[in-house]
Amino acid sequence: MTKEERIENLNRLSGTDVRKCMKCGKCSGRCPAFHEMDIKPHQFVSMLEQGKIDQLLQSKAIWSCLSCMACVERCPRGVAPANVVEAVRDTVVRMQGANGIKAEEIPPIVDELIPQQLLVSAYRKYNK
Amino acid sequence: MKISYYPGCTLRTKAKELDVTARLCAKALGVEMEEIENWQCCGAVYPMGTDEIATKLSAVRALDYAKHHGGKLLTLCSACHNVIKRTNEDMKANGDICFRANNYLKLDEPYKGETEVIHYLEMLKNVVGFDNIKKAVVKPLNRKIGAYYGCLLLRPSGVMAFDNPENPTIIEDFIRAIGGTPVVYPFRNECCGAYVSLKNSELPKQKSQKVLASAKEKGAEEVITACPLCLYNLQVNGGDILPVKYFTELLAEALGVEA
Amino acid sequence: MQRIGVFVCWCGSNIAATVDVEKVAEVIKSEPGVVYSANYQYMCSENGQQLVKQAIKEHNLTGIVIGACSPRMHEATFRKAAEEAGLNPYMVEIANIREHCSWIHKDMDEATEKAIILVRTAIAKVKLNAPLMAGESPVVKRALVIGGGIAGIQAALDIADAGFEVDIVEKNATIGGRMAQIDKTFPTLDCSACILTPKMVDCAQHENIDILSYSEIEEVKGFVGNFSVKIRRKARYVDETKCTGCKICMEKCPSKKGLNEFNMNLNTRPAIYIPFAQAIPNVAVIDPTQCIKLKTGKCGICQKFCGVGAIDYEQKDTFIERQYGAIVVATGFKPIDLDNFNEYGYNDNKDVITSLELERLMNAAGPTNGVLLRPSDGEHPKTITFIQCVGSRDTSGCGKPYCSKICCMYTAKHAMLIREKYPDTQVNVFYIDVRTPGKNYDEFFRRAVEQYGVNYIKGMVGKVYNENGKLMVQGSNLIDNEQVTIESDLVVLAAAIEPEPSVRKIATLLTTSIDTNNFLTESHAKLRPVESPTAGVYLAGVCQGPKDIPETVSQASACAAKVIGLLVKNKLKTNPCVASANENMCNGCSQCANVCAYGAITYEDKEFRLGGGKTEIRRVASVNPAVCQGCGACTVTCPSGAMDLKGFSSKQIMSEVEAICKM
Repeated sequence: MTKEERIENLNRLSGTDVRKCMKCGKCSGRCPAFHEMDIKPHQFVSMLEQGKIDQLLQSKAIWSCLSCMACVERCPRGVAPANVVEAVRDTVVRMQGANGIKAEEIPPIVDELIPQQLLVSAYRKYNK
Repeated sequence: MKISYYPGCTLRTKAKELDVTARLCAKALGVEMEEIENWQCCGAVYPMGTDEIATKLSAVRALDYAKHHGGKLLTLCSACHNVIKRTNEDMKANGDICFRANNYLKLDEPYKGETEVIHYLEMLKNVVGFDNIKKAVVKPLNRKIGAYYGCLLLRPSGVMAFDNPENPTIIEDFIRAIGGTPVVYPFRNECCGAYVSLKNSELPKQKSQKVLASAKEKGAEEVITACPLCLYNLQVNGGDILPVKYFTELLAEALGVEA
Repeated sequence: MQRIGVFVCWCGSNIAATVDVEKVAEVIKSEPGVVYSANYQYMCSENGQQLVKQAIKEHNLTGIVIGACSPRMHEATFRKAAEEAGLNPYMVEIANIREHCSWIHKDMDEATEKAIILVRTAIAKVKLNAPLMAGESPVVKRALVIGGGIAGIQAALDIADAGFEVDIVEKNATIGGRMAQIDKTFPTLDCSACILTPKMVDCAQHENIDILSYSEIEEVKGFVGNFSVKIRRKARYVDETKCTGCKICMEKCPSKKGLNEFNMNLNTRPAIYIPFAQAIPNVAVIDPTQCIKLKTGKCGICQKFCGVGAIDYEQKDTFIERQYGAIVVATGFKPIDLDNFNEYGYNDNKDVITSLELERLMNAAGPTNGVLLRPSDGEHPKTITFIQCVGSRDTSGCGKPYCSKICCMYTAKHAMLIREKYPDTQVNVFYIDVRTPGKNYDEFFRRAVEQYGVNYIKGMVGKVYNENGKLMVQGSNLIDNEQVTIESDLVVLAAAIEPEPSVRKIATLLTTSIDTNNFLTESHAKLRPVESPTAGVYLAGVCQGPKDIPETVSQASACAAKVIGLLVKNKLKTNPCVASANENMCNGCSQCANVCAYGAITYEDKEFRLGGGKTEIRRVASVNPAVCQGCGACTVTCPSGAMDLKGFSSKQIMSEVEAICKM
């Protein structure tokens, strides 16, 4: 795949129009996981706009985003930064051996309180 | 009246009390929740990638079942509600997803988002009516209660259309109906830390503690939620700042319904 | 025998780059009736017009078609040229091959083919044109200004100074508008009241100005030069001719808990009140929703104490009808409601306020007598955080898509004034962009940063929340790539501005157009910026688009110049392209009169001969050509086809359609 195709794929997968961003940073101003992220929500949007795909795919922030939709809810321009994060995460975990959680890691953490919902949602987010 | 009901995975296991109290209370209020047949787990998170189809099919199956059984689908768990309602919107408004999902499912008649998805709280408000709940209360809860909305019921508000995403009132109205005093606090619509707690409990700890500390600072004696994962994070990662319960447990208490 | 001339314009490359203009001129030569066809670079230029005039004379042309830009642009130019060459100006047709063709197509062959069709269509029409003569109508030498803010005041003063009578109709109890609420004005920081109130007094004292305060427009009839306007004078329960403004009624009124609108509801006022000290007219008004006497019948204290017997609880709304030659709309603005922006906590925290509320808190005549105290506990705020663009530049559906234009400057002003008066106060400003075009504007903003040490943070705020009694402002610092949380005592929101909602009704009454944001539309964004598309109606101030005081005043004076230019004329030429009824076909059904927005159609009983000496009396429509605006609504409504429009007859339209379909 050419770089242009990869950029286009990521844009399509996100379903959001990053060109609408006016660089106000409200997404990052609201983000509850901001301090955990190496690439911040507004940077996901701007880096996709600039085609910095390789940097995005290296991001550790995709494991911290909570998908809480606060950035999407508050964007004054109707851009969805969380969708860009998810598009990057999807692209990463669909690669061979790039799953965010390994099955063998699970049994030691599971206690009797952990709800099924947590296992299912984490698996859906981090694995393919 | 009868209404098709989608319980979801956790309500059959770790969150039984949410399911059981909800059914008993509904019955006491004249609503019969009819569990739909052969439901499958909704997936717990809504897949945002525009090419995600297979991950949405279990939600579509449940929606299609409800379409032929009364036209409404009742949800209780916030995550199920979020996934099913957003998937339903895709089936209604996203021609591409609708076309591809129907290609997989090969239903007798294509499903196009006809079912109305309603959350248990919306059922209490719009079908039963908070005034009628007030009348049915035998043991008013004279306590200061903080409503914890979290993310999933409210956002994205354009699709969820549940309440004002920054200033919701439905759970506060519910608390008033069961005789409690609602405590409004600024972190009631902030994330608890969600699924990240499986990989890294530090972030959920910060987030959950902030939620509970904010509720306590504004005077809450306990916090209620509709989501098993929120309950888990607030209880396990939130420290012992405040007790956390399912809202239906308090409803049962107020209505004098024994599980 | 018709002799038609066709003139195809290149409009430089505007048309010629997409339309093969030479081919159009060549092909059109063989159209029946065409005796002359030419193309030229700029047909509207002096030389181009000369070409047209010469051809009319040399070839004895009976009608001409200009293939060029929109008729809105140059129809008048070519009609005048034709007239100068001895041709009736209504024998000119414009084929719009620019906006309707070259500008919207890319393919030259397609565009050329379409241009040929458009020119053929115009030829088909011009062949059926008949010479028309413009009539004349008198001009009423009086202007109406709707809205008594700074825009209305300036327009009224300029028109009145030129010797014409002006009425200001203001819906509130006093003139002055938003500017009266403002404390200081940028970029010179002079006191708003000090520069506004003399103008208000000038209005009150001007022999040519009549202020109709507490009044609203009810109905507008007529047309440019001859508007007839019905005005509702709302019952103020105080006789304006008797009240001396002594304020004893305000002291004695027992119902003192009405929200003070002038102070942005930050304090209260009595049920009978004068909005502010320098109000014009300086006359009290009773709020009927709050007055005990009007609500329960018991009280009457103000009447007892009024020394001049001005209180009249029996007063009712009255109506007056006046004639005007021109109308200026200056209805102003309001800040948007912030219900969609609860992430900033405006509804939940008393100390989250709007910038207009801050103006009142800093104003010597405001609720705190000019001492900056926060609303919750009356303490001095030590850290103040401003948030810009609240609801502006918002395409999410929560706010307004446009830039409100004034917020960057007034926020810099607030920040500086606070730092000047209370140097121990920390002032932060969250901004997306600082937009300060204008004379001495950017210098003004830089002064806030460089001299006054205001902390400007590039980034938007995500959430404002209350924690242990402090307002926590959580937002982005994009330059440092940080998320910051600033503990603040007072948060000030630069709320977007929107047109005063009453403008919608006024736009309907004036049949003038309004855009999706409720701003009134100017006739041409660049060349007719103060004219509305409705002749004789002019626009001043924020009702037309966001603007600050200097721009508003400029626009108001420009409006006045236009109004004066209109009112000095004794007669106006009327548009001869008006409707007329064929009395033989009219069945008297009244449908045309019902759809006429201008009230131009009346009915009369007429006697008709039936032959054989018999007659009958029938009710038939009659159009007043001075009132008709030629919109054509009646012609399409008429079930019997009796109504027709001169210059746009059904026959002409059909021949155009046929020409297009001939392909």
